[in-house]
Amino acid sequence: MIRFILNDKDISTDLPAGELLLDLIRYHKNLTGTKIGCREGDCGSCTVLVGEIINNKLRYRSLTSCLTALGNVHGKHVVTVEGLNMEILNPVQQAMYDEGATQCGFCTPGFVVSLAGFCVSEDDKSYENAIASIDGNICRCTGYKSIQRAAKSIADLMQKNKGDVIEYVTSNAILPEYFSNIKKRLVELNTKTNGIENQKNKKRYLGGGTDLYVQQHEKMVHADIDFLFNKNELNGISKDGNKCIIGPSATVTDLMESDIIKDAFPGFKKISELVSSTPIRNIATIAGNFVNASPIGDFTVLFLALNAHIILSSTLSTIGEGVSSSTKREISLRDFYKSYKQLDKKEDEFIAQIWFELPGKKDFLNFEKVSKRTHLDIASVNSAIKIKTDEKIITDASISAGGVGPIPMYLIKTSLFLNNKKVGEEIIDEAIEIAQSEISPISDARGSDEYKRLLLGQLIKAHFITLFPTLCLPKGRT
Amino acid sequence: MNNTKKNIENFNTPLGDRGMQNLDSITHVKGESIYLDDIPLQQGTLYGAAFGSPVAHGKIIDLDISGANKMPGVVRIFTYKDIPGDNQIGGIIPDEPLFAEDEVHFIGMPVAFIVAETNEIAQAAVKNIKIDIEPLPIITDPREAKEKNKLIIPPRTFSLGNINTAWKKCDHIFEGVAETNGQEHLYIETQGAYTIPQENNCIKVYSSTQGPTAVQRHMAAVLKIPMHRLEIDVTRLGGGFGGKEDQATAWAILCALATYHLKKPVKYCLHRMEDMRMTGKRNPYSSDFKIGLNKDLKIIAYEANFYQNAGAAADLSPAVLERTLFHCTNSYFVPNVKAKAYSCRTNLPPNTAFRGFGGPQGMFVIESAIAKAAEQLNIDASEIQKKNLLRDGDEFPYGQKAESEAKKCWEEAEDIYEIKRLRKRVNKFNEENHLLKKGISFMPICFGISFTKTFMNQARALVHIYTDGSVSVSTGAVEMGQGVNTKMAQVAATIFSLPLSKIKIHTTNTFRIANTSPSAASATADLNGKAVQMACSNLFERLKPVAEKFLKQPCDKMQISEGLVHIGNKNTGLTWENLIATAYMSRVNLSEHAHYAPPQVHFDLTKEKGHPFAYHVYGTAITVVTVDCLRGIYTFDAVKVVHDFGTTMNPVVDLGQIEGGIVQGMGWMTMEEIIYDKEGRLRSNALSTYKVPDIYSVPEEIKVHFLKTKKDNLAIFRSKAVGEPPLMYGIGAFFAVRNAIKVFNPSADVKFSAPITPEKVLMSLYPKKRKPQTPKGAYQTV
Repeated sequence: MIRFILNDKDISTDLPAGELLLDLIRYHKNLTGTKIGCREGDCGSCTVLVGEIINNKLRYRSLTSCLTALGNVHGKHVVTVEGLNMEILNPVQQAMYDEGATQCGFCTPGFVVSLAGFCVSEDDKSYENAIASIDGNICRCTGYKSIQRAAKSIADLMQKNKGDVIEYVTSNAILPEYFSNIKKRLVELNTKTNGIENQKNKKRYLGGGTDLYVQQHEKMVHADIDFLFNKNELNGISKDGNKCIIGPSATVTDLMESDIIKDAFPGFKKISELVSSTPIRNIATIAGNFVNASPIGDFTVLFLALNAHIILSSTLSTIGEGVSSSTKREISLRDFYKSYKQLDKKEDEFIAQIWFELPGKKDFLNFEKVSKRTHLDIASVNSAIKIKTDEKIITDASISAGGVGPIPMYLIKTSLFLNNKKVGEEIIDEAIEIAQSEISPISDARGSDEYKRLLLGQLIKAHFITLFPTLCLPKGRT
Repeated sequence: MNNTKKNIENFNTPLGDRGMQNLDSITHVKGESIYLDDIPLQQGTLYGAAFGSPVAHGKIIDLDISGANKMPGVVRIFTYKDIPGDNQIGGIIPDEPLFAEDEVHFIGMPVAFIVAETNEIAQAAVKNIKIDIEPLPIITDPREAKEKNKLIIPPRTFSLGNINTAWKKCDHIFEGVAETNGQEHLYIETQGAYTIPQENNCIKVYSSTQGPTAVQRHMAAVLKIPMHRLEIDVTRLGGGFGGKEDQATAWAILCALATYHLKKPVKYCLHRMEDMRMTGKRNPYSSDFKIGLNKDLKIIAYEANFYQNAGAAADLSPAVLERTLFHCTNSYFVPNVKAKAYSCRTNLPPNTAFRGFGGPQGMFVIESAIAKAAEQLNIDASEIQKKNLLRDGDEFPYGQKAESEAKKCWEEAEDIYEIKRLRKRVNKFNEENHLLKKGISFMPICFGISFTKTFMNQARALVHIYTDGSVSVSTGAVEMGQGVNTKMAQVAATIFSLPLSKIKIHTTNTFRIANTSPSAASATADLNGKAVQMACSNLFERLKPVAEKFLKQPCDKMQISEGLVHIGNKNTGLTWENLIATAYMSRVNLSEHAHYAPPQVHFDLTKEKGHPFAYHVYGTAITVVTVDCLRGIYTFDAVKVVHDFGTTMNPVVDLGQIEGGIVQGMGWMTMEEIIYDKEGRLRSNALSTYKVPDIYSVPEEIKVHFLKTKKDNLAIFRSKAVGEPPLMYGIGAFFAVRNAIKVFNPSADVKFSAPITPEKVLMSLYPKKRKPQTPKGAYQTV
């Protein structure tokens, strides 16, 4: 039995835990404000907010309900556009109305929900963050300018708050009054219901589901699912010396907001913003990106350059204290990919832990990605580089690339070539030449084989120009 | 005052502040607007799903539905054999069967329609249908189709002057090829229909269609029942853009066919991937051009051959083709023109209407010709563009004379947006930056307003005043985000001088308004608005004698102000409600049905001459782009527009149309890339592979200056149509990027091939020959 709060009502349902939140909302609860545009997380029409108590604080994040399993909202607060309605228009709705930011109206509830998510988030209430909150919402009518104007006035309004955000939004009629009781209700709900009742012989592991539900929607709805988010031991981001340890249930957003990452890796947020959209990053995990094994996975390519390692485990019960080494093994991410979508992973294994060395002061890091659309798109080619230098001499180089072979690639020859070379224009062309010998791109919807070859070369150049701006390339010509 | 209003210059409209915002906006922002999939279901509703051909061309040897039929929950599977009437839904030419019979002509062509107890079962059953098809040759390229004489209609030619003698008068002649790809409509609400049986073989049909009458007419023929038994009702669409003008029909008829046989409600909302796979898109074109100029840069002669990729059936392609010819010279006067257009039959889903309707495809070619000439003459294209803008009285290749605002828009744009300073700034930037280059382009537009099929220029409105004084309005206009409901309400409110709260615009319904033209051609507000104006005026005139009798004074100067009857400016104390009640008691007719057909429009198909347009809309856009010449990507700094609105009746709605049109046009020109493989299979078949602009890819700045003109026109309240024209400003994006590439690499050979994707940009920046090195089909990159 799945229980959660839907808007201001307590809900319990016997639907399978793998059923999509979107279908429950629309077809079982008849809340038709949440729309269906694509069922693959690419349009944002079905965006909802999900609130839960984290470190004794009520925290809301936006999700695309079309990729969210019911099991992943168990014990939480789900907010649809109907849950934002009051007697009068709330300020988000009013701003959208005033600025003429709706035309056909079909995408509108998604924008309203995302912007409400901005209002209740702990983020700085800047215009940029207001826009970032709607980076997963596609509108085909307005050309977005009116929506930008609405976002501006909402950001201006929210900047007035200096105190507790839930208190502010409920006492200023930004969101309905019932939000002020949600925290208490969630605590009560969670003491009554301890997780999803365990089924025996669970066959499928599920993290965020943002890839699985796109690829195997029908199968997942009726699958016996083990929800990885519900295992506390798999959560969190921690530090052990210079090692950063990532739990497989940590979402991309968790990483972006982690102080450990922020301190050691200030560019991480900017890189992450090039990957997918806010509502997807809010539920998608790094581990999921690894096991999806897309040859173009952005984080996979990044963590290949960072030389991440993964610990594979075959049974969940062994995680935590008293782990027996026989049931887990550690491998380098660089050894994880065997061939197209083939992993060095047995069916009952899952990623129990990810770790990597945090970049130090002498490490230079860069990530490049080119896609048809800069945001919320899959790259034609992506590449990451990590370079350690000593007096302009490269002492350690790691370069990776995606979209140029059947697997996300660690470019071993190119990396080795760069070692012990002096940073300079001369080595770049040669590195590109070597990289060309390592890759085997194909022509597809994301570009022709020749384009991808040329593009990888340009991205390698871009790595060096970005990391060493004093390098003056001769007008960037090949 | 909100941000949008601050941005709108000349804010005061004849209607003051009244009805500025879209009326539907309130229910939109609350999630309370009802779209097709939101309609509460009737008991016993069944769900449909189409089984489409998996092969683009071939003979059906065997269709095996037995596996699907056996599945629990499958109610019945329909094929062409179940059609009581004609298996035909072709709008212009009867060449489009609803179901394939012996042959399939494109991937996704409906072969069977499964009806099941749940949507899930229906979708699962589709996968259990087996079909054996003997393949036939597949054509995806329009030029190949033309070579093989596979034409939808005989080619059409527009001409002016004498092209043969004109070439001798030219100092410069340039030739080339220009290509534009298709465009997926990507209305966020997919296609769908819901049909409900009524007594006596009547069917109530909810359809997400721009053309309720088209649905009704074809449904009647397929089911062999009269139109008066088919009630098509449309509340609103979640976007249309032309994609639901003709292509909503099939889904509604499939559901109706099932309802007809089963006497049960049947619903079918397409999954996004079904929608993308099975429906047509903007027609791609490949074209040859030849342009001749004299030494003063006057265009003396222009010749173009257009090869339109129509897809497997005519659909609206012949009409789209016609508009390509109408707009082949865009905003320029060319004294000698020959333009020939071929509608080529290929094995793709039938392509169809899309905002601009062939006009943008025609304009892109002459803009390419001008860009080519400028490149060869080593001048800026704007020099040629400006010299050749239409003037009053200039003749279009189709015979109509221009009443031109082209120069005014161009010159105001140069002036307001300080083009000299802008160019200086851009040049300075380009000198200072090696890897970033900016490009500027001008894009003037001239777009004719009317259906080019003259008979379609008609509309009707039904207005009732109820005894409590509230007013209901029905028209043939379909609300799809363009704000037509708001404009209709504004017309009624203005004529009656009542507040908008007294007016209710009702659904578009074939039982209330018959024989409608589709909501298309930018003409919906004009045609239906004028009908509303006539109906309301007639009613208002009818009320004057009532007031006169009641007030015992002459009432020809009657007005309503704050709910009270005023004569001249004097308040009589008689309320609107009392006036209406009095009229009713006096047995005065409080309902009116008006018919409007614009005068003057005509076109002679045998001569290809006439006066097809009620008026033209003009404008100029300046586009500035920054190209990252290291990575081959770009961002748009600004699009600055002067647009001819006539006198806008709703600046908020109209500004939204301009901004939205620009961005949609830019998407077509930049990132939106339709990819079919040689087998006719759509590779860009989901939102993950077909990208439309998101909030980060729109220009940093879009400025719109409202050009006010006082000239009389046939627009409703002189507020010119605004739906399609702004899309064509987006063409400027292509040429701005192209110009930036040429700054970085002056010898770059940038093909006139849209969209100008990052791939094309990078390959043009670095034109070294490279050989493919990876064998095909080695793996996928998903």
